[in-house]
Amino acid sequence: MTDLSCKVLVLGAGPGGYVCAIRAGQAGLDTIIVEKAAPGGTCLNVGCIPSKALIHAAEQFHTVAHAATGHSALGILTSSPKIDLAKTMSWKDGIVRQLTGGVSGLLRKAGVRKVDGEARILDGKTVEVQTADGLLRISCEHLVIASGSVPIEVPSLPFGGDILSSTEALSLETVPETLAVVGGGYIGLEIGTAYAKLGAQVTILEARPQILPQYDSELSRPVQARLKALGVEVHLNAQASLYANGVLQVKTSDGDLVVPAQKVLVTVGRRPVIADCGADSLGLDMQGRYIKINGKCQTSMREVYAIGDVTGEPMLAHRAMAQGEIAAAMIAGEAASWEKRAIPAVCFTDPEIVVVGHLPDEARAANADAAVATYPLRANGRAMTLERTDGFVRIVHEKKSGLVLGIQAVGAGVSEFAGEFALALEMCATLTDIAATIHAHPTLGETVQEAAWAGLGKALHA
Amino acid sequence: MGIRTIRLPDVGEGVTEAEVTEILVKPGDLVREDDPIAAVMTDKATVEITSAYSGKVIWIGGEVGKTLAIGSDLIRIEDETEGGNDTASPPAATPAQPAQASRPEGNVQADNCPLKSPPSLKVVENRPATIATAAIPPRAEGAAVLASPAVRARARENGIDLRGVAGSGPAGRITHADLDNLFQNVGQAKDRSVSGPETVETVKVVGLRRMIAKRMSEANATIPHITVVEEVDVTEIEALRAKLNESRGDKPKLTILPLIAAALVKAKETCPKIFARYDDEAEEVHYSTAVHIGIATMTEAGLMVPVVRNAQSLSPYQLAGEITRLADACREGKAKREELSGSTITITSLGPLGAIATTPIINKPEVAILGVNRMAVRPSWNGSAFVPRTMMNISASFDHRIIDGWDAAVFVQKMKTLLESPALIFMKD
Repeated sequence: MTDLSCKVLVLGAGPGGYVCAIRAGQAGLDTIIVEKAAPGGTCLNVGCIPSKALIHAAEQFHTVAHAATGHSALGILTSSPKIDLAKTMSWKDGIVRQLTGGVSGLLRKAGVRKVDGEARILDGKTVEVQTADGLLRISCEHLVIASGSVPIEVPSLPFGGDILSSTEALSLETVPETLAVVGGGYIGLEIGTAYAKLGAQVTILEARPQILPQYDSELSRPVQARLKALGVEVHLNAQASLYANGVLQVKTSDGDLVVPAQKVLVTVGRRPVIADCGADSLGLDMQGRYIKINGKCQTSMREVYAIGDVTGEPMLAHRAMAQGEIAAAMIAGEAASWEKRAIPAVCFTDPEIVVVGHLPDEARAANADAAVATYPLRANGRAMTLERTDGFVRIVHEKKSGLVLGIQAVGAGVSEFAGEFALALEMCATLTDIAATIHAHPTLGETVQEAAWAGLGKALHA
Repeated sequence: MGIRTIRLPDVGEGVTEAEVTEILVKPGDLVREDDPIAAVMTDKATVEITSAYSGKVIWIGGEVGKTLAIGSDLIRIEDETEGGNDTASPPAATPAQPAQASRPEGNVQADNCPLKSPPSLKVVENRPATIATAAIPPRAEGAAVLASPAVRARARENGIDLRGVAGSGPAGRITHADLDNLFQNVGQAKDRSVSGPETVETVKVVGLRRMIAKRMSEANATIPHITVVEEVDVTEIEALRAKLNESRGDKPKLTILPLIAAALVKAKETCPKIFARYDDEAEEVHYSTAVHIGIATMTEAGLMVPVVRNAQSLSPYQLAGEITRLADACREGKAKREELSGSTITITSLGPLGAIATTPIINKPEVAILGVNRMAVRPSWNGSAFVPRTMMNISASFDHRIIDGWDAAVFVQKMKTLLESPALIFMKD
């Protein structure tokens, strides 16, 4: 067995782990990162990036297919398109390769040593890695657990064969004729919508009474309307029980259903990777099924940090990245702590949803003076030219001071608002700050300024 | 009639702001050209400002203790000239409105400043009204702290808990200016309610005292001091001094100080490292061929350190004359800026009050300071008998970042040797 030692050992090269390792390397700390697959984690390899590639391809195909029906308002005429999904996937794989290669390069540039293999934690200072060349023991001064999460399996629907997790669904080589999606959260909706646009007959089964159950119905309603327009069947209060012979048995409050499904995509959530890497043997304090951390990403054991999905919801790449920076700064001896006012969340559904800060109900529960100002996309010129006027911008604020407590938007392309919304929250902006900022014309962003004006009782184009 | 604005003039190279130490006029006063109207202090010197116009004072832009940016409006005068306002600036800004006297500071119109410095009146001074409220819990228990990420980072780096800071921005947002105020107010005396017969006088730390406080804490906080105390037999040099003073004619009377200064100049030949200025931000030490000796001087307002420049080219009598001249200038508040800066080492002596040992604080950015303690006749064993000798201790502090203990010891021993055998001071190699 070979032995290595280092100052900082990062387990997992996902967005949290690689950012932490790069920052530690930049700070001059002797750093090793261990990863069993390609760097980039779920996000780059089997999550955010591949799903966005698929969504884009599906949208392009859908646009052409719509034109082929002869109903294009733009007057575009074409004949019925076909898609070579295998080629789509290899295009997507090229993007993934470029990005993961980029991460490897950045790690190298920061002087971080990368060890390929599966890690197992022996104690808070020692990790064993099963590499292609045999077993390797690494001892460290600081350990950062960034082992991420994996899709949750439904016991009656074990992954394998035609029962897919998001990972497999993002590398199908042909479009299934029928697809059942178990779980109406954002992952299921994103992939389900993409396949619907590619021509599959998609059925979505959600156990709770609403799709996107973590958001209010005002936000999910435009998505629901669009699913309907795309011919996607949505069943709420529905429990999938058994899958056999291309048929999925479903129990709903209105009785039993039989859903024909060439493939079944199960997206009921993700669980942290803790026992799988031996992190459970450390006896760390837990918070539910996640590793408990403080505002400095420290666990209950000295010099052991945890970042990303293993530390709980929201399981988002950018949260993990921000935590990675904090952990690296702490190890480098700098003052750091989690002081974010908001973690933006984006659903690349159709239309897209972006949520930053408090939702109206959360705000009202905490603040009696909370109010909501809304502006619809249908009054926006740019939205009209994009043929997508469904959706709105909503600013949750404190009535008296105008302090922005949260901003949400639904609409095609509104994911790019995430930056402005988060900046407004972090800067503690008031409605006046947003209203007095010139928002370029003609852009979708004007709706944000309009919503702020509306909140100030000075609506302009309304 | 026109309105004339007198702005804070550029008082010297590199100075961007100055503290108002005196306002000699009030609204309604009639002033003549060249009348003194205010005094301001920079970190180098106190400067008197005179009126460039004759007329009636209608507005004052600062108060004692305020720090103003160079180019800020200081005083407005209504004069008898026809029309127009400031010859040097556009007129739109100031029709004659006595009400402007009550204009809140920090808000003076910034559009008519002809100088190249930032045209706004930057009040970085404490704002008594808002700061007084800082003692009151500024926001509801558990309410979120409102501050931008940059303000939060600054607070974090300085160990400030923003939950205890009052925000002056919209919706109670904490701004950089709020933190500026906080930093300026740390350590200032606050009014306390008094019960019983005890009364507490609150003295605002302004002017020279504030400068001293700032300099001292900066030097003490950043410089790791090492202090070496040594006993010096000054019998011989005292005898020499007595002889020189007997026959001095019209030359200035010699105290021990110019002789110590002369010894310092000589010691530089052996210990050049001790005479330096350390720019710790740039991480550079500057060694000059010249010896500029700061002389710690007590004035009514507080400690000042005038500088005897080029001590290496002055005789003991010239040194004595220069030390006296500078001390007088300081005490009369007439020392020039260049007479208060540039020293490469400092001597601090309290004469008969000098105690047996002191731990002097280095006059940053120098790297050494020589403290001179009290002289006393003590019995000394000469090998066969006790003899009376005039003894004096020296207490020298060094910047341990630059000066190692060895170098400090060598320097102190060199000073001891020179002061015990004064002929060596005047020997040339």
